[in-house]
Amino acid sequence: MNRFGAWWAWVIFIIAALYMLVPLVATFGFSLQQNPTGEAYRYIFNDPKFFAGLGYSFTIAVITIVISLLIIVPTAYWVRLKLPRLRPFIEFMTLLPFVVPPIILVFGLIRSYGRPPLAITSLPHGSDFVLIGAYVVLSFPYMYRAVDAGLASLDVRSLTEAAQSMGSGWPRILLRVIFPNLRVAIMSGAFLTLAIVVGEFTIASYLAPWSFAPYLSQLGVFKAWSAAAVSIISFMLTWAAMGVLIVASRGSGGRIQVAGAH
Amino acid sequence: MTFLTLTGIQKKFGTTVAVEDFNLSATKGEFVSFLGPSGCGKTTTLRMIAGFETPTAGTIVLDGGDITYRPPNKRNIGMVFQSYALFPNMTVAQNVGFGLRVRKRPADQIQKRVSELLELIHLPDKAGQFPYQLSGGQQQRVALARALAFEPEVLLLDEPLSALDAKIRVSLRQEIRAIQRQLGITTVYVTHDQEEALSLSDRVVVMSKGHVEQIGTPFEIYNFPATRFVASFVGQLNALPAKVVDAGAGRLTVGGQEIRVSARIEAAAGSAMSLALRPEMVSLGDGPEGSNRLAGTVADVDFLGAIVRMRIMLADGVNVALDVFNEPTLKLPTVGSSVTISFPADGPLVMAPGSEAGAGSSAAA
Repeated sequence: MNRFGAWWAWVIFIIAALYMLVPLVATFGFSLQQNPTGEAYRYIFNDPKFFAGLGYSFTIAVITIVISLLIIVPTAYWVRLKLPRLRPFIEFMTLLPFVVPPIILVFGLIRSYGRPPLAITSLPHGSDFVLIGAYVVLSFPYMYRAVDAGLASLDVRSLTEAAQSMGSGWPRILLRVIFPNLRVAIMSGAFLTLAIVVGEFTIASYLAPWSFAPYLSQLGVFKAWSAAAVSIISFMLTWAAMGVLIVASRGSGGRIQVAGAH
Repeated sequence: MTFLTLTGIQKKFGTTVAVEDFNLSATKGEFVSFLGPSGCGKTTTLRMIAGFETPTAGTIVLDGGDITYRPPNKRNIGMVFQSYALFPNMTVAQNVGFGLRVRKRPADQIQKRVSELLELIHLPDKAGQFPYQLSGGQQQRVALARALAFEPEVLLLDEPLSALDAKIRVSLRQEIRAIQRQLGITTVYVTHDQEEALSLSDRVVVMSKGHVEQIGTPFEIYNFPATRFVASFVGQLNALPAKVVDAGAGRLTVGGQEIRVSARIEAAAGSAMSLALRPEMVSLGDGPEGSNRLAGTVADVDFLGAIVRMRIMLADGVNVALDVFNEPTLKLPTVGSSVTISFPADGPLVMAPGSEAGAGSSAAA
């Protein structure tokens, strides 16, 4: 690259960095505006609703990730191995959550599962089940793309046939050969799903108003400084998750490319 | 005694026939190669033996048992892939021991067998490394060890050397043959490289367009090709247009000059035929008494290292390739000079003119 090109690359990098960092610094500054000693943060850590909301959302996110993986990984694997012609159709299906707005989805879910014959929301933890179902659907585009990109980096057919020739059945092939080689792709999809589920507001506010995003929204109305503090904490959690992803990819010798997230 | 038998094997993909009427009987410990150009059906046949494809018709019998419809993981057949197909998440030792772990062998047995095999492939110090830390040749040796670890009844190799560079290819193919002989395992090897097939195999199956053209020892395949395709595909070949003068006396004309062959000619006088002549059968100069002689001019001289290949153009534009062994005192003719070439009467095969690629040309590629 010539000197002019390098100069422009730095300019673009600095603009992009400012675009990302300025709102963050401003939010952090705002969270300390009322009390520079960190009162907003102390309030958050002393509020049981914060931990309850965050814990609930994380639990829902983990269950969503597990169900999504159990559906997406075998599907994406089978489509790549046996039904490659179906790939465009499956890709279209996984993009549907982008087409249906969450508000439509949640009203549809409430109408379908809030009254007989499928009055699931009136059962104990019924709303949780419906919420998880909705989030599994919302996670499809992210999870499918991450897993599919991971599969694209593997010679799926040869690995499968090699395992078969050595006597492996399908469960062992999936668990011992395919899943471990998709580790980073799966983590990438899982973190995207985690971020979406923890931050999702529309569906959560109707089915689980005690979860993290509605809590954050309510906090913003009454204690704006603390809401800013929660936003900063959320960023920290996201970065911690990204750190785990980087460590995991180093553990695989840099051999497995970080898939998804695009 | 026959160990692996393929009878009347046919494979169709939709309306396309990939393999037609394939028959083969291999004995225990035999090394058989499937040789042919891309798309001839050799890999499809191998995949049917492995169980990855199901034949449309025919049967596959292994050691007396019909395995035609048996799933691949129940066949006890080891396979080595062109792309190595080592499991990236496992170390070399874990890769080699995979088949044994599937068979639930005790850990100490697995460790012992893995060590034996790593010794066999001369990589005992690589047990703890991951595939991405190995060279291509090392990866393929690990793939071979992995395919042999669980003591399969048959070993299949699908173009295992095509991704490697020339020197490693030669050394690894010698290693594969040595290991195969040592273990006495029945082996089927797919390749499009005639040198590989001829140097490795007890028998070669030459295939074209889904059909078996010839099955024979490398010596038979090279020296006595059964079809025009085999003659032109295996080794270098001059396919010279000829006209029969006197079939009984073995007299023909090539490039307007008369020659005599000892091969039987089954055509009437005046018929167009094709004279199949290996470049190494042709000499520069008059040759011994009784040799066929043709006059021409030197069109090309290619220095290929151990040999020098020349192209001689006969009077009517027919080209004849000939090989001369290289030596420091070799005197090479200049391009455009007039020369005489010669070949023995029992050198060429006389064939009906065909339409295969290269058959119509008059010189080896």
